[in-house]
Amino acid sequence: MEYFLELILGGLTRGSIYALIALGYTMVYGIIQLINFAHGEIYMIGAFTALIFTSVLTLLGFNEIAVIVLASLAAVIYSSAYGYTVEKIAYMPLRRASRLSPLISAIGMSIFLQNYVLLAQTSDFLPFPNLIPEFEFIKPYRHIISSPEIVILITTSTAMILLTFLIKFTRTGKAMRATAQDRNMAMLVGVNVNRVISITFVIGSALAALGGVLIASHVGQINFYIGFVAGIKAFTAAVLGGIGSIPGAVLGALVLGLTESFATGYVSSDYEDVFAFGLLVLILIFKPAGILGRVTARKV
Amino acid sequence: MIKAQEIKKSFLVSLWFMFLTFPIMVIRVNPIEKFVEWRWKNMLVVGIGSFLLSFVWRYMLKKKEAGEKRAETGESGKTFLIQRILEERRFYIPLVTGLTIIAVAFPFIFSMYQTSIMTTALMYIVLGLGLNIVVGLAGLLDLGYVAFYAVGAYSYALLNYHFGLGFWSVLPIGAVLGFIFGVLLGFPVLRLQGDYLAIVTLGFGEIIRLVLENWNEFSFGPSGIANIDRPGFFGIQFSLQTASIYLYFLMIGLVIFTIIVVNRLQNSRIGRAWIALREDETACQAMGIDKTRTKLRAFALGATWAGMVGVIFAAKTTFINPASFTFLESAMILSIVVLGGMGSILGVIIGALILILLPEYLRAFSDYRMLLFGAIMVIMMVFRPQGIIANIRRTYKFNE
Amino acid sequence: MNTILEVKDLSMDFGGLRALDHLDLNVVEGEIAAIIGPNGAGKTTFFNCITGIYNPTEGEILISPPGKKRKKINGLKPNRVTKKGMARTFQNIRLFSNMTVLENVMIGRHCRTSSGIVGAILRGRSTIKEEKDVVDFSYNILKKTGISHLVNEFAKNLPYGAQRRLEIARAMATEPFLLLLDEPAAGMNPRETRELDELITRLRDEDNVSILMIEHDMKLVMSLSDRIFVMDYGRKIAQGTPSDIINNPVVIKAYLGEDIDA
Repeated sequence: MEYFLELILGGLTRGSIYALIALGYTMVYGIIQLINFAHGEIYMIGAFTALIFTSVLTLLGFNEIAVIVLASLAAVIYSSAYGYTVEKIAYMPLRRASRLSPLISAIGMSIFLQNYVLLAQTSDFLPFPNLIPEFEFIKPYRHIISSPEIVILITTSTAMILLTFLIKFTRTGKAMRATAQDRNMAMLVGVNVNRVISITFVIGSALAALGGVLIASHVGQINFYIGFVAGIKAFTAAVLGGIGSIPGAVLGALVLGLTESFATGYVSSDYEDVFAFGLLVLILIFKPAGILGRVTARKV
Repeated sequence: MIKAQEIKKSFLVSLWFMFLTFPIMVIRVNPIEKFVEWRWKNMLVVGIGSFLLSFVWRYMLKKKEAGEKRAETGESGKTFLIQRILEERRFYIPLVTGLTIIAVAFPFIFSMYQTSIMTTALMYIVLGLGLNIVVGLAGLLDLGYVAFYAVGAYSYALLNYHFGLGFWSVLPIGAVLGFIFGVLLGFPVLRLQGDYLAIVTLGFGEIIRLVLENWNEFSFGPSGIANIDRPGFFGIQFSLQTASIYLYFLMIGLVIFTIIVVNRLQNSRIGRAWIALREDETACQAMGIDKTRTKLRAFALGATWAGMVGVIFAAKTTFINPASFTFLESAMILSIVVLGGMGSILGVIIGALILILLPEYLRAFSDYRMLLFGAIMVIMMVFRPQGIIANIRRTYKFNE
Repeated sequence: MNTILEVKDLSMDFGGLRALDHLDLNVVEGEIAAIIGPNGAGKTTFFNCITGIYNPTEGEILISPPGKKRKKINGLKPNRVTKKGMARTFQNIRLFSNMTVLENVMIGRHCRTSSGIVGAILRGRSTIKEEKDVVDFSYNILKKTGISHLVNEFAKNLPYGAQRRLEIARAMATEPFLLLLDEPAAGMNPRETRELDELITRLRDEDNVSILMIEHDMKLVMSLSDRIFVMDYGRKIAQGTPSDIINNPVVIKAYLGEDIDA
């Protein structure tokens, strides 16, 4: 029973990290119908930035709390800046191109960023300090849940609530929804579409950075390649929930997290990634619209 | 005349990139030894580099927009030098003769090492041409192409290890297995639209690699299979030197064969259907073309070629393991097709030669190889999506 | 006169929206029939249903190609429908823009020819002959539709009127018994429309093809059609000869709204 509970909590933790990344995919897809392949790399850059700032700030003698806050902030700012720049360089000039072009450009961007970090930093795994302190009240339940897991769960839920609020109730959110519905129409009624797209990339990247910091400090090591697998898994989550749908991405991420947790817990951990890829292939083949996605009629 | 405004713009861009690359490029930390290295020189390089590049970037964007406007008003673009050379017989024949002489003499003039590199380049030409059927002609973005390459390589390695089968008997088996895997994987996924297809093929590619890595009883896991036989000639085994020359000519033969096949295909009933499918699926279907079958044919045919080259790869290196079949390999083949020109045979050949030989010969480049591949994919899509050599549609003769 | 297309009780729902509502319609051999109606009346949806792009929610679609048995074609894929002899054009031109004019028409021959991959690679005598026949056949259609001078141009570089004609030529290459034209005169100037009128009549008279077209240009509809169907809100509200329709109060109301001032 306890093992079962542990697996559930582990799955939810995993899932909420995937959700943070999946939101970026789903928001971008909702707005410009592009699978932003480079999104996983943005997450990886977030983790690296956090690591670099943590080390520097610690050496400069900042206290623990300041280090956590400043490093996370730096990660969020830098990831957003990267997301913004990637969109301006690789996608904006391709707004009117055929569907294949931005996709190839995105793959190119992903490979570029991976190797940029590889060359500028290192190909080795770097140990990532555990930023989250051990809470006293959690001690009795340690065998079921750890404090990083609690922090992850709380942070992600807060982020989701804020995001929902932003999209539902603010002007920017309204502009985003309008652009997702019909870009030309939104432009006609005075929405600055390029700005909305930039904002979408920035928000998505910021969430990914948050995910990057949390998971890196939980797992304890990072390298330039972590974005690739995390990206695919988050994408799986987004598709699972119905790409373009924000609650769908969260739901899909939690389902994927739990599936992985149980599959590795009860079956075998050798094939951890195979489960995710297999799930992805199965959904796309049998229910490409996802759990919460709607089937749209083809316009001819 | 460069205006002050332009300079200001570029200056801001350069400031932005200095900020952007600051943590990754300037700082390097060693968390184990608690050591931080500051590389301020890099910031200078980024600053100056992005300042200059932003001019080039804007100039090229402007040029591209002007080109688009010309195309819209119906002015046909100029024909390129290479296209003109190809069309005129008096250039064409000496060119082909020259190339043939170079190709034949190559292994006898250059060292074994050079020959081996050239053989690799030839293999990528064939892989590029194979993927070109799928991506360039039929417009299906296949990101798991390397899976079929792995199928070919492992079928030779395993059949050779367990049953001692030779290269020549496995070559067709590898091709057929590639084809079968192409059909098996293609059948369920080809109903999906473009970008989903890309992801699913990527997923399949990774699944196959992960299985090869983990299923030790079958594939010997990450340690791979060694001592695979080199190709023989009616039972004669060659020395290392001769074998590499032999492989080289084998690849030359395969390249020529592939060129002929792809050329014939793209000007055939099936090839036209592929291109029509790429242009407009709905219209294509409304014209009586079976979408799924046509896609499947392209997919499986591309896979056949990958299977074949896979066998040759195993025979050339005599050692294979799953690490040779990562997503990056698929990406590399894709960037060959993208750089050269989707749908263009000559383009793919030039693309493969540039991307494989350049990093080999310019040693300084080889570290930056993947960085370069990524950048090329972005730059080509932004500025020249048709590739170096745009695909030329043939004109037909007819009886009135 | 044989009925070649029979649509019975056809309905199509999109979610909660009923785009077609119990529609009945038929086309007889050798006629030119037109469907008219306000925008959003469901005309193109009707085309999409009978050509297999949508699978209708209710109803039956039956075809009787000349000399063949009557067949139900509900739920057939678009390519099967075309193979059975109904070919269409698109309202928002959908040519293969990076292929030449001739190649566009050659695509139409795909379903009437058979050489496969092996044939293409070996390029045997029968493949060469088939290929030559396809080229000649296609070129002849281009001559008939009056765009043979553009044969080696890219489709995307054609002027608008020629693109519309190419759409018709491409559909004709599939040798249909019924040609479905979706707003063939849209965007054409009066001269081009007159030429289109001639072309459609010629296709019917010389190529034994019946025609069902959606069109907004009333002059063209009145001069060309033998019969007219009027649609509004997914329903057929009237049918009859041009003179019947022009005097039908229901039709006038549908077009002009409640107040009849015109």
